[in-house]
Amino acid sequence: MSFYFAQFLTGLSSASSLFLVACGLSLIFGVSRVVNFAHGSFYMLGAYVAYSLVQYVPGSILGFWGSVIAAALIVALVGVVVEILILKRIYNAPELYQLVATFGVVLVMQDAILLVFGGEDQFGPRAPGLDGVVRIFGEPIPEYDLLLIALGPIVLCGLWLLLNRTRWGVLVRAATLDREMVASLGVNQSWLFTTVFFLGSFLAGLGGALQVPRVSINLLMDLSIIAEAFVVVVIGGMGSIPGAFIAALLIGELNAFGVLVLPQATIVLAFVVMAVVLILRPYGLLGKPETLAHSAGQVELPIRPASTLAKSVAGLLLVGLVIMPFLAGEFAIVLATDVLIFALFAASLHFIMSNGGMVSFGHAAYFGLGAYGAAFVIKYAGGSMEIALLAAPLMAAAGALVFGWFCVRLSGVYMAMLTLAAAQIVWSTAFQWQDLTGGDDGLLGIWPSEWAKSKTAYYYLALVLCGGSILAMRRIIFSPFGYTLRGGRDNPNRTESIGINLRQHQWAGFVMAGMFAGIAGGVYVFSKGSIFPDEAAIPRSVDALVMVLLGGVQTLSGPVVGAGVFRLLEDEISRLDYWRAILGVIIISIVVIAPEGIAGFIRKIAMKAGFEHGEEASS
Amino acid sequence: MADTMLGLRDINTYYGKAHILHDLSFKVKTGEVVALLGRNGAGKTTTMRTIMQLARPRAGSVQFESQDITRWATHKVAQSGIGYVPEERRIFGDLTVMENLEVGRQPARDGLPVWTVEHLFELFPNLAERRNNRGKQMSGGEQQMLTIARTLMGNPKLLLLDEPSEGIAPVIVEQMAQTLLEIKAKGLTVLLSEQNLHFARIVADRAIIIESGSAVFDSTFEELETNPEIRDQYLSV
Repeated sequence: MSFYFAQFLTGLSSASSLFLVACGLSLIFGVSRVVNFAHGSFYMLGAYVAYSLVQYVPGSILGFWGSVIAAALIVALVGVVVEILILKRIYNAPELYQLVATFGVVLVMQDAILLVFGGEDQFGPRAPGLDGVVRIFGEPIPEYDLLLIALGPIVLCGLWLLLNRTRWGVLVRAATLDREMVASLGVNQSWLFTTVFFLGSFLAGLGGALQVPRVSINLLMDLSIIAEAFVVVVIGGMGSIPGAFIAALLIGELNAFGVLVLPQATIVLAFVVMAVVLILRPYGLLGKPETLAHSAGQVELPIRPASTLAKSVAGLLLVGLVIMPFLAGEFAIVLATDVLIFALFAASLHFIMSNGGMVSFGHAAYFGLGAYGAAFVIKYAGGSMEIALLAAPLMAAAGALVFGWFCVRLSGVYMAMLTLAAAQIVWSTAFQWQDLTGGDDGLLGIWPSEWAKSKTAYYYLALVLCGGSILAMRRIIFSPFGYTLRGGRDNPNRTESIGINLRQHQWAGFVMAGMFAGIAGGVYVFSKGSIFPDEAAIPRSVDALVMVLLGGVQTLSGPVVGAGVFRLLEDEISRLDYWRAILGVIIISIVVIAPEGIAGFIRKIAMKAGFEHGEEASS
Repeated sequence: MADTMLGLRDINTYYGKAHILHDLSFKVKTGEVVALLGRNGAGKTTTMRTIMQLARPRAGSVQFESQDITRWATHKVAQSGIGYVPEERRIFGDLTVMENLEVGRQPARDGLPVWTVEHLFELFPNLAERRNNRGKQMSGGEQQMLTIARTLMGNPKLLLLDEPSEGIAPVIVEQMAQTLLEIKAKGLTVLLSEQNLHFARIVADRAIIIESGSAVFDSTFEELETNPEIRDQYLSV
C-alpha cells in the first residue's frame, strides 16, 4: 500500500512539472491561436540556462533559486524576441504556417543550444535545503518532489487570480474570444500578445529550470516534452488552464502507474487516453468549440485543370525523368529516387490538406506504417518485395481507416492535434515494441527483389509507382469525389445541406491519402534497406508540411516542386555543421516571406505575365 | 457646431476582388447625429469598418478631427476617440457584464462627460441587475445595451452604431431611441447605420443614403419626406 502511495506522489510531482509547461502552451494558444512547437525548446533552454547559471556564475551570487528565476526570465525574453520577429507577422495566416514556423524555431534552438552549451548530457546539482528524503509510510520521498507537488496548485491559483482579478487578465480573456473587438475598444492587442508570450515562455523556462535537480539535461528534451504537453493541452481543452491542470494530473498518474502495468507502452498510453477523451468530449475536458473568426475568411483559389502549356512542361519533365539515368551518375539516381518518394509523400498530404481542408500534423504515421508493413512482409512472412509493396498501402490504409474515423469528427486545430497524436501512437509503438520492430535499432536488410536490385532499375520502379500514384491522385481531385471534398472544405454546412454525407467522404479521402503515403513508405524502405521509428516521428511529419508549403499549398504542382527542392536542399546543407539551424532559418523565411510557395509564386508571375487563366506552372 | 468631426473622402474599399465602397464621401459635424441609410449590402457596415480601419480602404482618406487616421492601427483609431458598436453586438460571452465594461474602459477626454459604471447603470438599469451575469446569459436587447455601454466606457467623442435596432423587440427599440437621445443630449457625436427609417428619424438630425457603396442622398429627413421616389428607390420600406 505504502508503495502505491509513493508512486502516487511521484505521479503528482511529474504532473506538476508537466502542468508548468502545458499551462504556458495553453495560455499562448488560447489568446493567439498559435500552436507553439517551440514551447518545448523554451523548456529545454530553461534547463540549460539554469544549469549553467548554477555551475558557472562565480561565488554563487544567484544561488540555486536565483538561478532558476533568472533562467525563466531569460527564456521569457527569448520568447518575446521570437514572438516579435516571427509570430507577429503570421498571426493571421492559417495554423499550418504558424506550426511550421515554430518548428523552424525548434530547429534553430536545437543548434543554438548545441553551440552554446555543448552536446553532452548534463547532471545538475541538488537543490540546497531540499536534497534529502522524507519518509512517508516508510517509503522515501525526495523533498524536492514535495516542493514540485505544491508548486503546481500554487501556479494554478496564481494564474487564476491573474486572469480573473486583474485588468490584464480580463483583456487577455476578451482577446481569446474576439481579438478584433478588443482592438476596436482601443486595446493594443499586439502588446497584449507579447505579454502573454512573455508569461507563457517564462512558465516553460521555469518548468525546464526546475527539472535540473531531477533529470539529465539533454538535447532531446524539447520534442519529448512538447509531445506530452500537447497531449495535456488537448485533453484539458485548448486554452483552458484548469483543464490543463486536470489533464496533467491524469497523465502524471497514468505514467506513474502505467509503468507498473505496461512498462513497454507508457508513451502509447498517454496518446490512447487522449484519443478516448476526444471521442467523448471533442474539445477536451474543459474546452469550448472553436469560435468563428470574425474576419472575412480567406478564399481559396480554385484548382484548375492544367493548361496546354502546363501539360507540355509536365510532359518534358516526365521525358527528362525517363532519360535521366542515362545521363547521370549513381549518386544522382539515388537522390532522384528519394525525390520521387518524397514527392508522393508530400502529394498525399496535399491531397487531404488543400483539397479536403483537413490539416494533418501527423502524416508521417502512414509513411511509417507503409514502410513497416513492407518490412514485416520481408522479415516475418518471408514474402517477396512485390508482395511487400502491396502490403505497404494496405497497412497504411488500415491505420488511416482507424485514425481517420476519429480525426474527421473534429476540425481545424483539434483535428490537427489528433492527427499528431495518432502519429505519436505509431511512432511510440515502433519505438517501444522492440520484439516486433526492433525499437530504436530498427529493421535491417530489407532489399528489393533480384530484378530491381540495381539503382537504375529501382529508380524506374519508383518512377512508375510514385509517378503513377501522383497521377492517380490528380484524377481523383478532378472527379466528383474531389469536388465534394473541396465543397466540404469551403463550406461544410452547405455541402451537407445538399445531401452529401461529408464525414464519410472526408474519411474516404483520409484513407486514400494514408494509402498513397503508405506506397511512398513502401518504396522508401526498399531504397534504404532499413526502417527506423524516426520515419514516423514528428520531424518527418513536419518535413511533409514544409514540402507542401515550400511548393505552395494552393497549387497541385506544389508538393512535387516542394519535395524536389526540399530534398536537394536537405542534401546540400545536411553536410554542413549546424544544418538544422540553417534549415530552420530557411523554413521560417519561407513562411514569413513567401507564404504562397514556389509554385504559387511562379503561378502568380505567370498570371501577371498575361496567361489569363492562371494556369499552373507544371503538372 | 460648425466644425467637421469626421470626414470621408473618395473612399474605395474592397473585400478581396469585390469592390464594396465606390468614391464614398461624407462629413459628420461635431454634435450631430447622422443616420446612414441603405438596403442590405449597400455598404453601411463596410463604411463603419473602414472608419475603424478594420477594413483598409484601397484609396481615399478618413479624417477625424484634425488628423488623417487612414491606415492607422484599429486600437489607435479607438484611442483617438471613436467608439464602435458593431452590428452583431459581439459582447464577450464568457465575461461578466462588469468585465465586459472593463475591457472598454479608456481614460477620460477633455471637455466631454466622463462615463462611469454608475452613470451607465443609470442609463441602462437592466445591466445593473445583471452585473455579475455572463454576457452569453443575456437577451438580445440586454446584449445590445451592454455593447453600447461597453463602448461608452471608452469615453468616445464620436460613436459609431451599426444597426442598433436590428433583431430587437419593438418595446426595446423605443427604449433604445430614448437612450440614444439622452446620449445625444450629453454632447456626443453619433453616426448610426439603420434600416429602420422610423427609428432613425426619431434620433437623427440628418440622413445619408448609400447605394452600391456611394452616397446618393445627403440631407434632412424633411427633405427625404418630400422625395418619396428617393425613399422608394433606395430604401426597402
